Amino acid sequence: MMSKINHSTAERVGVYVCHCGSNIAGVIDVEAVAKWAAEHLKDRGVVIARDYKFMCSSLGQELIEKDIQELGLTRVVVAACSPHLHEATFRVACQRAGLNPYLCELVSIREQASWVHTDKHAATEKAKAIVSGGVERVLHHTPLDPLHVPIHPATLVVGGGIAGIQAALEIADAGFPVYLVEREPSIGGHMAQFDKTFPTLDCAACILTPRMVSIGSHPNVTLMTWSEVTNVAGYVGNFTVTVKKKARYINTDLCTGCGICQEKCPKKIIDDTFEAGLGYRKAVYTPFPQAVPKYPVIDHVNCTYFQKGTCRACEKLCPTDAIDFNQEDEIVTLQVGNIVLATGYDIFDARRVAQYGYARLANVFTSIEFERLSNAAGPTNGNIVLRDGVTVPKTVGIIHCTGSRDRNFNNYCSAICCMQSLKFAHLVKERTGATVYNFYIDIRTTAKAYDEFYQRVLEEGTIFVRGRVAEVTDAARMPTEEGKLIIQVEDTLAGRQRRIPVDMVILSVGLEPRRDSHAVAKLFGISCSSDGWIIEKHPKLDPVATMTEGVFVAGCAQGPKDIPNSVAQGAAAAARVLGRIQQKEIALEPVRASVDESKCSGCRICNGLCPFNAILFHEDRMVTEVNPALCQGCGTCVAACPAGAISGTVFSNEQIFAQMEGLLLHNIERPPITEGVLT
Amino acid sequence: MNDTFEPVIIGFTCNWCSYRAADLAGTARVKYPPNIRLIRLMCSGRLDPTFVLKALASGADGVLITGCHPGECHYLEQNYKTLRRYLMLRRVLTQMGIEPDRIKLVWASAAEGVKLAQEITDMVEQIRALGPFKPRYPMPLNPSEVADVQPVAERGTA
Repeated sequence: MMSKINHSTAERVGVYVCHCGSNIAGVIDVEAVAKWAAEHLKDRGVVIARDYKFMCSSLGQELIEKDIQELGLTRVVVAACSPHLHEATFRVACQRAGLNPYLCELVSIREQASWVHTDKHAATEKAKAIVSGGVERVLHHTPLDPLHVPIHPATLVVGGGIAGIQAALEIADAGFPVYLVEREPSIGGHMAQFDKTFPTLDCAACILTPRMVSIGSHPNVTLMTWSEVTNVAGYVGNFTVTVKKKARYINTDLCTGCGICQEKCPKKIIDDTFEAGLGYRKAVYTPFPQAVPKYPVIDHVNCTYFQKGTCRACEKLCPTDAIDFNQEDEIVTLQVGNIVLATGYDIFDARRVAQYGYARLANVFTSIEFERLSNAAGPTNGNIVLRDGVTVPKTVGIIHCTGSRDRNFNNYCSAICCMQSLKFAHLVKERTGATVYNFYIDIRTTAKAYDEFYQRVLEEGTIFVRGRVAEVTDAARMPTEEGKLIIQVEDTLAGRQRRIPVDMVILSVGLEPRRDSHAVAKLFGISCSSDGWIIEKHPKLDPVATMTEGVFVAGCAQGPKDIPNSVAQGAAAAARVLGRIQQKEIALEPVRASVDESKCSGCRICNGLCPFNAILFHEDRMVTEVNPALCQGCGTCVAACPAGAISGTVFSNEQIFAQMEGLLLHNIERPPITEGVLT
Repeated sequence: MNDTFEPVIIGFTCNWCSYRAADLAGTARVKYPPNIRLIRLMCSGRLDPTFVLKALASGADGVLITGCHPGECHYLEQNYKTLRRYLMLRRVLTQMGIEPDRIKLVWASAAEGVKLAQEITDMVEQIRALGPFKPRYPMPLNPSEVADVQPVAERGTA
C-alpha cells in the first residue's frame, strides 16, 4: 500500500492557485498553499505550483499554457472557484496548449473554503487538502473526447402565454418546426385577460392577438391546445415527448368556428378561469372571441349530454356536423431536440389574507377580477361597477403587495403589482372619476417609462397612503362609514392610524408559481426553488437555461416579471435553441459508464438499476452492456457492480479513491491506520 | 481531548443539487466549520458503499452523503438507491463495531445552501461528540486488497 502511495509518478503536474482578487486571498494564504504544494506534493508529480491574482484572466490562462509548453506539463490542477463557473475556461486553455482538456481539474477553494470559513488558518489548511485531492485525482485522469450528439431541429414550447408565443414565433420564423403545447383551449395566457398594458396603456388584445393569429397560421408551428405533456424521455438533441391531447368532442377538420354551438348550448356555467368568476360561459365554449385555435371544446363535466345523456343541442344545430361525442383522449409522441418551458404563473389566492375580506365582503375584488371588469370585452363591457353590476363606485382603495413581501405568505416582490395598481388607479379615475387611494409599502417603478407613469397618476390626483393595510371591514363606527368598506391602515408618513371608507377595494395580488410547478419540474428533470419558481442555470449570466441540457425556461415560470421581460426571455430562450439547432450537434461531457466484459459475471444486479434503459443484457454471451447513447452518466450501476466490471469515465473509482486520499492528506502525512493496529 | 479534537469529514455531493447548494452557500457567504472536505459525484447513486468505508479507513472521522430530495433526482430515481445503500451501510457499520452516526444522509436541493451549511455544522458537532475514529480491526485500504484479503487467523498473527 505505502509503495503505491509513495511511488513517484511519471506525470508532470502544474498547480495554479487563484487569489480571485481578495475573494480567496482575503481568507486563504494562497502563496502558502502554492508553496506547500510545490514542496509536499513534489513526490506526487507536482513540478510547478504558482499563485496568481486572477487565474481566469487571459494572462492567468497564458501562464498555464506557457507552462504546459515549456515545462511539459501532463496534468493541470487549478484551485479557484466552482467548476460550474470556470471548468470550461481552463479546459479550453489546456486544449490551446495541446493538452487534452480532460487532463485538467478545477478544485473549488472559493465557494468551499474562503467564502464559507472565517478561520484563516483552518481555511488555508483545508485549501491545501483540497489541492492535494485535486492532484491525486488528476493523476488518474485519462484523455477523453467529448460526445457529439446530433440535435433534432424540432422544438417543444410548453405554455402558450406571451413568453411561449414569442419563443415559438422566433424559432418558427427562423425556419424550424415548433410544437406549441397549451393546457387551456386557447393560447394567449394571462395577457389575453388584461384590458390595458402599462405604462403605455395600449390594449392587451390589440398587441397580443396578431401574435396569436401568427402562431395559428404559421406553417412551422404545430399548435396543440387543450393538451398536456405527460412524459419526457431522452436527452438534449433527442427528446421523446408524450403529449395527451384531451378530447375536445369537436372534429377540428369539420369545425369552422362559427360559434352556433356556443350560442345554442343551454348550459351556462360560471367561468372561473378566463372571466375570473365574474362572467359566464357555456358548456361548449371558446374562452374568448379571439381564441386561437377557433375551435371550441365541450366541457364534459358540465355538459348536459355527458351528465344526463340527453340534449345534444349542439350536435343537432352544428351546420358542419363537427360535434363528436365519441372522441377520446389522444396520445401523441413527438421527437424534439430542445424544450422551452413557459408555463407561467398562478394568481395568489386572496382568501388567504383573511383580514382583507376577499370572498367575504362583496366589493373586495382581486386584480385579475378588475382586469375583467375594466375590459371592454369583459362581463360588464368595461363598466367599472360594484358586485351588484350597476353601482359605480365613488371611492376606490387599491391595496398593493397582497400576498407579496409578506413573511406570512411570500417573501418575494411580485414585480408587477405596483405598475398594475397605478394602471388601475388611472383607469378608475378615467372611467368613473372616483376618488382613488393607493396603499403601498414602497413604489417600485424601475423599468423604462414606468416612473413617468407614476408621476402621471400622481398628477391625476390619486391619493397615495404609505403603509400596509391592517384590515378591510364593513363594521362601521361612524355614520359616514355606514354601508362602506373601511380600510384600517397606519399611515407611516403621517405617523397615525387612519380609517378610510371606500365603496370598492381592489387587492393587487401577487404572482405565485404554478400549483403543479414541482410536478412539472420533475417531469422535465429540472429543479424549483423553495418558492416553486424554476431555477435557472445562472441567475445573472444564464437566466434562460436550466441545469438540464436542452431544457430552457422563459417568462414567469422562472420568476415574477412583466410583459416586456417575458417577451425578452421568450426571445432569448429561442435564440439559445436556434444556436443549438444551427450547430446541428452538441458536445456533451463524456461521463458514461462502460462494462469490461471480461470481468462481467452476468449476475444482472445492475440490470434493474438504470431508469434510462441504457443497460442491456446479452443472453447469448451472458454479459451486460451499457448503451453509451442512452447512458446519462449517473454512475449508479458502477457503484452497484460487485465485480467492479463497470467503470465510469470522469468519475472512476480510482479517481474518487485518489481524491479521497489526497483530501485526507493520506498521500503524504498520515500513515495508514492499519499499521498501528496490526502491530 | 475533545476540546482540541477537530474531526475530518468527507462529504459526497451530487453534481446537480448538493454541490450547487454548497456553491450557493459560498455565494451567499453562509458560514460553516472547515472540517468538511467535499467530493463531487454526478449523482448520489454513484456512491459505492466502499467509498464510505474507504474514507473511514483513510482517516476520515465521519462521512456525509448528500443528494437530491426524493422525487427530485436528476436521474429520476437514483437517490432511492442511495437511501437503500445508506440504510445498509448503517447496519454494516454497526456490525463492524463502528458507530453508525459517523455517517449521515442529507437531502439538499440546489436552493438549500443554508440548509446544507446547517447540516454540515450539526454533523461536525455530532462527530466531535463521538470523538476521533479508531477502528478496532484493520480496514483494507483499496478494493484490490479486498479480493486477496488474508484469512482472519493469519491476519490476527501478522
